[in-house]
Amino acid sequence: MATLAEKFGLRKASGVGEAGWGHTLIVALVSLIYFLPVLMIIFTAFKPSAQALSVPPTLSPTSLFGLIPDQFVFTPTLENFGQVFNRVMVSGNAAEPTGFDVFFFNSFFISSVSVLLALVIGTLASYGFSRYPLKGNDTYLFIILTTRMLPAIVVIIPIILMFRTVGLSGSYVGIIMLYTAFNLAFTIWMMKSFFDELSYDVEDAARIDGSSEIKVFLKICLPQVVAGLAATFVFGLILTWNEFLFALLLTGVDTRTVPVAMNQAVSSGGRGTDWTLLASIETLFLIPVFLVTFFLQDHLLRGVTFGTVKR
Amino acid sequence: MTTTAQFLPAPPLLSPVAHNWKLALLAGLVVSVIAIVLFPARLSVSVVGAMVALVAAAFAVNAYRRRYYGGLLVAPAIAVLFVMNIFPLLWSLGLSFFAYQSNNQSIRFVGLNNYIKVLTNDIAAPANWDALINTGMFVVFTVALQMITGFLLAMLFAKQFPLRKYLLILVLTPMMLSVVASGVFFSYYYDPTFGILSYVMGEITGNQFILMDSKVGAVAGIVFTDAWMWAPFVMLLVLAGLVSVPKYLYEAAAIDRVSKARQFWTITFPYIRGLLMLALLFRTIEAFKLYDLVYILIRGGQDTKTIAYLITEIANEQNKTSEGAALSYVILFMVIVLTNLYLYLANRRNQGA
Repeated sequence: MATLAEKFGLRKASGVGEAGWGHTLIVALVSLIYFLPVLMIIFTAFKPSAQALSVPPTLSPTSLFGLIPDQFVFTPTLENFGQVFNRVMVSGNAAEPTGFDVFFFNSFFISSVSVLLALVIGTLASYGFSRYPLKGNDTYLFIILTTRMLPAIVVIIPIILMFRTVGLSGSYVGIIMLYTAFNLAFTIWMMKSFFDELSYDVEDAARIDGSSEIKVFLKICLPQVVAGLAATFVFGLILTWNEFLFALLLTGVDTRTVPVAMNQAVSSGGRGTDWTLLASIETLFLIPVFLVTFFLQDHLLRGVTFGTVKR
Repeated sequence: MTTTAQFLPAPPLLSPVAHNWKLALLAGLVVSVIAIVLFPARLSVSVVGAMVALVAAAFAVNAYRRRYYGGLLVAPAIAVLFVMNIFPLLWSLGLSFFAYQSNNQSIRFVGLNNYIKVLTNDIAAPANWDALINTGMFVVFTVALQMITGFLLAMLFAKQFPLRKYLLILVLTPMMLSVVASGVFFSYYYDPTFGILSYVMGEITGNQFILMDSKVGAVAGIVFTDAWMWAPFVMLLVLAGLVSVPKYLYEAAAIDRVSKARQFWTITFPYIRGLLMLALLFRTIEAFKLYDLVYILIRGGQDTKTIAYLITEIANEQNKTSEGAALSYVILFMVIVLTNLYLYLANRRNQGA
């Protein structure tokens, strides 16, 4: 018979276990505090520019039935989101398109293609590293890890020179290839640990039954690591989506991504940071990657578990 | 599976057969380096491209003849990494032996001089060592705070409870922000006049509160922001370990009346150790490269410059490309030594367990 405490989930459950609404309350409190800085950015996106930098800082769009004093309350508006795409660039002129629709498309296109490409190439390679070890396998893996160790600024100068000489700077191909390489190290390390976890028994049975190596990979191994693919995709997407330095130096006007455009938009004109504009761009920019993570969340947990726990 | 590759003996290093990829790689590297040193950039790029194609062809032929699927599978990844990462890396390694300025095209071989300059503090005197100490400090503080926060958050989310999915995504969001936005907004939160932190502290103490006024405050601000952004990464990895612990282990332990602390160390910890180490490895590598937050929050003021900041400054603003490259290779060497030591320890512990 469940006691009252158990009914509300207050019983001490260890490790993996069930907990009730009591636990939800505690976690909700912690999560909301953790989320607060993000919430403030999202709220700023809805503030009228005049209230963006008020003292004391405005904190809430509603007074919550008089719970929050008036001085902390701002009047929400949707105006800022329109400003992202159309705004007055030179004072006195009419509002003109800012090109952010293109920048959003660029971010979307460049990130998704390069992360998918890295996933395909990296998965093949990690399968190779896992199943058909080369001589000096560990050395290769370590060299691949090394590519992530240097600050970007060190490799960027040769890359700029290289892109200029072969005419790749400012093109989609160049930046996509660069991001593919940028994601490969992580993809290979992550996916290899997933393949290492698979039991060889099923594969060997299939081989004995006459399956070709390609069939073993596609029909037996790959379906077992779908979760890992999802996890790697999300991590790669988050990193690529927000990459700044390479994008700043290697994209042209047509291929500019949102982080670069965002940086330029908010600091141009010498009037200091445009807070509401920055907040509304970031809020819009957050939505796609937030949704992808949310829908792949279950895979993300299961995926990482499957791959990296038992060695 | 590797035994299938053994019927064709490996050729001696110097024999010119089509499947001798080691020779091709060696020749490719030598020719590439010579081309970079001797020829103008446009020509050397095509030479290197041809060398890459040569190595790739040798790889493919070798793989085909030996049914050496490993080589075939790995080749595309190696090719992309070679063109986009390893080649530029070697190029900048080459640059570190020259006096080269990216603004004017003069180039002059100076051997180890850049390294001697960097190491003996000829150029930026004590700044290098200060930046080195700062980097070490940031690595220790940010990684420690991320690991602790991430671990505690993971413990909270380890159970199944209502609305778990929706609360988890809230905690994961900081990781998804772009550094520009989160950095700029944290500089607003820390702002002495407009910021929420100063407002709250001002209400409590009655004095104006300026976080970035001292080195301690500036470091705390940067560490807090970085840890806030990346603790979710640690959390996700640890959480994956926690949810994978089979329930029956806890049930058996409960029957044997094993204490909670002992349950944690003997059951839970072995499951999350590998993941903690992976998180530690990737976060440490990233922490060594800390630059953007230091720039956005305080522009390197209050003696908070890190090595990555210094390298960027040297390579960018002072146009001393090769000295920047030399400095970064000193760092790379340190990170490689640390990582190797770390992987060695991790492997030894895994084998011991």
